[in-house]
Amino acid sequence: MAENPDITHVLVPEHQKISDKEKEELLKKYGLTGQELPKINSKDPAISHLALKVGDIVKIKRKSPTAKVSTFYRVVIDE
Amino acid sequence: MDEHVHKKVEIIEFGMMSPKFIKELASAKIVTPELYDKEGYPVDGGLMDVRLGVIDPGLKCKTCGSKLKECIGHFGYIELARPIIHIKFISVILDLLRCSCKQCGRVLIPDDKIKKAMNVLEKISLNFGVTERRGQVKEIITSLKTVSKCPHCNAKQSKVTLEKPSTFLEDEKRLSPIEVRARLERISDSDLKIFGIRPDSMRPEWAVLTVLPIPPVTMRPSITLESGERSEDDLTHKLGDIVRINQRLFENINAGAPEIIIEDLWDLLQYHITTFFDNEIAQLPPARHRSGQPLKTISARISSKEGRIRHNLAGKRTNFSARTVISPDPRLNINEVGVPKVIAMKLTVPERVTEWNLKFLKQFIQNGPKEYPGSNYVIRPDGRRKRITDETKEQLLEELEPGFIVERHLMDGDISIFNRQPSLHRMSMMCHRIRVLPGLTLRLNPAVCAPYNADFDGDEMNLHIPQTEEARAEAEILMEVQTQIISPRYGLSIIACKQDSISGNYVLTRNVDIPHSEAIDLLSYAGATDFSGLAKKEKHSGKEIFSALLPKDFNFIGKTKSGDPVIIKNGTIIEGYMDSANLGEGSGLLLRNLHKQYGEKAIIELLGNFNRLGIAALLKYGFSSLINDTDLSETARKEVDTVLSDAMKKVEKYIKEFEKGTLELLPGRSLVETLEVRILESLNKARNESGEIVAQNAPQGSDTMTMVKSGARGNLINLAQISACVGQQALRGGRIATGFKERTLSCFKKGDLGSAARGFIVNGFKSGLKPHELFFMAMTGRDSMMDTALRTPKSGYLYRRLANALQDVKIEYDFTVRDSAKRIIQFSYGEDGMDVSKSEGGTINVKKIIELTE
Repeated sequence: MAENPDITHVLVPEHQKISDKEKEELLKKYGLTGQELPKINSKDPAISHLALKVGDIVKIKRKSPTAKVSTFYRVVIDE
Repeated sequence: MDEHVHKKVEIIEFGMMSPKFIKELASAKIVTPELYDKEGYPVDGGLMDVRLGVIDPGLKCKTCGSKLKECIGHFGYIELARPIIHIKFISVILDLLRCSCKQCGRVLIPDDKIKKAMNVLEKISLNFGVTERRGQVKEIITSLKTVSKCPHCNAKQSKVTLEKPSTFLEDEKRLSPIEVRARLERISDSDLKIFGIRPDSMRPEWAVLTVLPIPPVTMRPSITLESGERSEDDLTHKLGDIVRINQRLFENINAGAPEIIIEDLWDLLQYHITTFFDNEIAQLPPARHRSGQPLKTISARISSKEGRIRHNLAGKRTNFSARTVISPDPRLNINEVGVPKVIAMKLTVPERVTEWNLKFLKQFIQNGPKEYPGSNYVIRPDGRRKRITDETKEQLLEELEPGFIVERHLMDGDISIFNRQPSLHRMSMMCHRIRVLPGLTLRLNPAVCAPYNADFDGDEMNLHIPQTEEARAEAEILMEVQTQIISPRYGLSIIACKQDSISGNYVLTRNVDIPHSEAIDLLSYAGATDFSGLAKKEKHSGKEIFSALLPKDFNFIGKTKSGDPVIIKNGTIIEGYMDSANLGEGSGLLLRNLHKQYGEKAIIELLGNFNRLGIAALLKYGFSSLINDTDLSETARKEVDTVLSDAMKKVEKYIKEFEKGTLELLPGRSLVETLEVRILESLNKARNESGEIVAQNAPQGSDTMTMVKSGARGNLINLAQISACVGQQALRGGRIATGFKERTLSCFKKGDLGSAARGFIVNGFKSGLKPHELFFMAMTGRDSMMDTALRTPKSGYLYRRLANALQDVKIEYDFTVRDSAKRIIQFSYGEDGMDVSKSEGGTINVKKIIELTE
């Protein structure tokens, strides 16, 4: 199968699903209910390969000019 | 102090006024368009009815019995002869007409699906908010537009359209407001909930007016002109029109006039009521005064920059402030502001009388408002304000006791907030200490020009005097100039030496020898009081004198502008000299390190001393920029000429090749583009080379060169443009190509692609420009001027939008960046979580931190 450019393109940062344990830790660390997190559409091409459910959290590793690599979290939402 | 009552806004409900409510609210029914009778007394039932409030002094309100300024006014109402559509609810009415059955008035969704739609809406508003819910409602409305049969009563639905501004059409036939109102009445309460309407606060038929509230006279006061004539407010005029037409409509209906006349009057009434609400409807001609200027009706009063909200409610004005032209005064301290005596005698500081300052404050009252330092007002413990005059002076002096407040004139050392618009960053408002001076301008140290972006070509600035202890403490701690020295934009000093102070220190710290006594002179001019840094000897080098200002334990390694090392050990310059790379704004770590090691108070003093030392040095040696500083020697002139003529030849060669077609193409470019690139290349090279020749041959010891080398002002390009060659004038990203047909100016041959014909200026400013060269220069000059003039308001508006969007975004204690709803925007500020104002030019020197902690 050919590579999916939606995922392998240099400008698309790496998206990962985080485990339930990590999710709990993240929510606790920032005192969140899940509403406050930035969102990502469940149909977003960049996470199409992850088979995510609504409410899952993805960890995004971005290249950053200031911090070299920065991590970002988004919660998956329905459309 | 009153006890504070804390209340929290739980919900805000928006709705419409029902006809019943309007009548209940009203204290008078208006029946006649007349305003006053023959005696000039307001007519009962007229638009200026006394029951609607008072606008004349001396009269009492018939409704509430209070006098002018106490009575806030009362609404009236008129009964409309025929219903009128409220122009501001057109879109709501249209949506409802399209989504409900023309027969039974039910929403065009089958019964079983209504519940489902409601559930979806509830879920959306719970999960995303009201804005998203509204989006969903909009989608439902668009989906119902095309339904052709009522799912409840099977009636055929026809298409309702809006003919702007306020006529509804159904199958090309006109729907009268009566019919519209009847249909809206038929929509059931439960169906309204789908559209986000709460039936208890708003029934849709209320959007078609049957009674019209008449605003109180207090919101449309008439003005009496000098001639004794009365001039009515725009709203009164408009209301007069409405009442008059309404009366005529009544009469015609009662008299059984033909339908066509009634329709015409009805439309006219619709027009008047529409323009009463909004006189800027696109499809309607605005209602005008007899003079032709449009009436200012309700919408115009509220909306836009000059409207009630942005002008009166959000726009604040302030007392205890001053504004005048600014001018420089390098002998002021950096955190001072020079205030003219006239201003100091108008602006005051309230000072509370205690038993310890009673005598001190009595002197201010004794001096009164006309003698400096005096005082203007005394506030008694009961809150009464007394103006100090020659008559009241004696009595006030006698009764003055602890608890009184004296508003005394500004004095040296008082706290003020100084500001220059546009206030784009926090350094645009800084706290300065007052220094009362003769003259009429506000004075500031030129070192703070950079943060304010001020110059002295006529700039004006504002001065505010905080009036409470809390405000003064806050200004002093958070805003005083020394707290703002390090810019949060790049983590370096934004307040630094400028111009003469840089060149002065440069001259001083390069090699000069100065006798001991003169060195002491310089240092004391600079403001130093401790001369122990100066060794006891006959002569001192400039470096030693500068070093005497530095703290004794200061160590620093840096670079000058030209890259030479600067080494300071134990507060002494071992190697190198001072220039803009170390003393200038936003460059070098010298000032940054001094700030870090010795703190705000020390750096402000040091900066002031550096500034004054530089100026003192220049005063001592004299410093003039001469015209012959830019003279070129004979040989250099020749060199420049050869470089330029070589370039011309090269350009001609390219053009010849181009015409013959033998020009070698550059990859990815057409023939014409290749030629342009080649020509630009060689002309730029020629300009740069001539610049270098100038740099090498200009008199090195000249004061002009000193300014360039120290980085105080000017650069080598400026120099080259003066003495050798101005260079290519660029317009729209290329050489000048527009003007006459096939040529730029009529003095050239058609199709001339040569350097001179396309805006290359061979001459320097000193030798003077040829007419065509001057013209080309004027072209680019005009272009860049227009560009700035057009860009400033654009970027200003962009900034306003950005500031409004980001105004309550802040960094929380868990280092996340969040908005007011606590939604995360960044997990770490700037992705690296760094506070730039605590860094050294944007980076953190880890090595140094380790060194310090060890």
